[in-house]
Amino acid sequence: MNTTILLFLLQDGITNGAIYALLGLALVLVFAVTRVILIPQGEFVTYGALTYASLAAGRTPGTAKLAVVIGLVAFAFDLYAMRKTLHMPKILRAFGLNVAFPVVVMLATMWAADQRMPAGVSLVLSLLIVASIGLSLYRIVFQPLAHTSVLVLLIASVGVHLALQGLGLLFFGAEGQRGPTLLTASATLGSLRFTGQGMAVYGITVAFIVGLWLFFGLTLYGKALRATAVNRLGARLVGIRTTLSGQIAFLLASTIGALSGILIVPITTLYYDTGFLIGLKGFIAAIIGGLISYPLTAVAALVVGIVEAFSSFYASNFKEVIVFTLLIPVLLLRSLAAPAVEEEKD
Amino acid sequence: MSTLLEVTDAHVSYGKVEAVRSVSLTVAENEIVTIIGANGAGKTTLLSAIMGVFPLKGRVSFLGEDLARYEIEDRVARGLCLVPEHRELFASMNVEDNLQLGAFRMSKAHATRGFEHVYTLFPKLKERRKQLAGTLSGGEQQMLAMGRALMGAPKMLMLDEPSLGLAPIIVAGIFEIVAKLRQEGVSVLLVEQNAKAALNVADRAYVMELGEFVLNGKAADIATDPRVAASYLGFAEVAAS
Repeated sequence: MNTTILLFLLQDGITNGAIYALLGLALVLVFAVTRVILIPQGEFVTYGALTYASLAAGRTPGTAKLAVVIGLVAFAFDLYAMRKTLHMPKILRAFGLNVAFPVVVMLATMWAADQRMPAGVSLVLSLLIVASIGLSLYRIVFQPLAHTSVLVLLIASVGVHLALQGLGLLFFGAEGQRGPTLLTASATLGSLRFTGQGMAVYGITVAFIVGLWLFFGLTLYGKALRATAVNRLGARLVGIRTTLSGQIAFLLASTIGALSGILIVPITTLYYDTGFLIGLKGFIAAIIGGLISYPLTAVAALVVGIVEAFSSFYASNFKEVIVFTLLIPVLLLRSLAAPAVEEEKD
Repeated sequence: MSTLLEVTDAHVSYGKVEAVRSVSLTVAENEIVTIIGANGAGKTTLLSAIMGVFPLKGRVSFLGEDLARYEIEDRVARGLCLVPEHRELFASMNVEDNLQLGAFRMSKAHATRGFEHVYTLFPKLKERRKQLAGTLSGGEQQMLAMGRALMGAPKMLMLDEPSLGLAPIIVAGIFEIVAKLRQEGVSVLLVEQNAKAALNVADRAYVMELGEFVLNGKAADIATDPRVAASYLGFAEVAAS
């Protein structure tokens, strides 16, 4: 192998790895805060990507309507939960978040689809739609199950994944789609060519990771989220609602998923079910990070990306096999290093 | 003195086992009340249930309001605060962040005043403010747990075994703080195995055995009760004579 190919593969691996890092971080975050292993993360990727691609092609994506429908269901759940303490401000807040917000976004989407707005507008609208879906999903599926075991949450998670994948087929059809690039400029450095989209991937990923780091390190809500992850009872005893932490975690995860999708859809053709495989690679990184460590997850994600790039060059038929096989030594090492523990009760 | 906390005919069960049976108690404003009893008497269960950690059958009212429909977080918002036996600190976060989160519901100005207040009560915490909570000594962790609770400006503090596993000199310091809190208008419900220290600092006391209150009254009277002296204060000979 010559250096040029080596560099190309590294570059490709790092681009994919950056996306897996984002997804891995979101998985770790959601698991730490809510104990949900977020299998539907891949659907957030698909929904973000295909919503963006549909908008760019001048179609109103079905996801905008889905956001409104499940928002209404979430609002009904809220009303039912509040039935004994009906305060107008609380009702208005729930209405604003669950109904008014997705409706406004849907109207804006319908309008934007006709206007052929620039890629930036499609990007923001797609993020808002998927974020709203993520929030409502937490309210409808995971918040009522918050006190159950990890296994029950995992089963629910698989259920949500299957449902969203089915709806994805309904909304976007079986054909693959591509979206417009965010940046068209490109630069060359030696034998390497950096496309605008590649640079957008690096830039946005780094900005997002730095943003998350600042959010968790400096803001009160970020610290509250960490506190919930570290000690759920302790957090409740200082008045941090588990629900609020769960909402923030799902909001971040769905936004990150959608953003990842939007970043890759100009590079690769995405189908309604591609997101699952991409999400799984983020999941491998998260597992290597023990579902706890953010830095380890980010590094593992880069390794996964690079291994994938090299194996697609040498043995493209076995690309996925090689990547998923990475898990075996890691799990073996982990099972040797840590004694088996019973699942904690809370 | 008006009543702050009133528990009437409380029952708490773990499955079929009833850990707390028909317990009633009151805590008035500016009062220190202690519940003493042997390990496993149900003291911790009772405190946790008052806070809303476990479901409780019976009535718990705080400032005249029935707490039944409120979650833990709502009870915190009403001024009821629990410092649990295991402290439940945010171990991987530093002292300052732990304290800041104690004032999660409060305004920034409140939090700033809270920091001053807590650092005056526990100067050690100020020295250690950048240290991770999990690396503090047992005594410092207890101080941090109490400090974190005080950051939320509670009307009543429930302390569960604050002296557990601590050196005598640190225990004395903690009980001094408890007395000081009363002067500042915070009521305290104190659960302790260290009956002597608890009875010294408290106004009234309840004695709990096997999930029930078997005795209650002024702390000074309880301290001289022969049964208590025999069982909890280690004066068996005195009681016998």
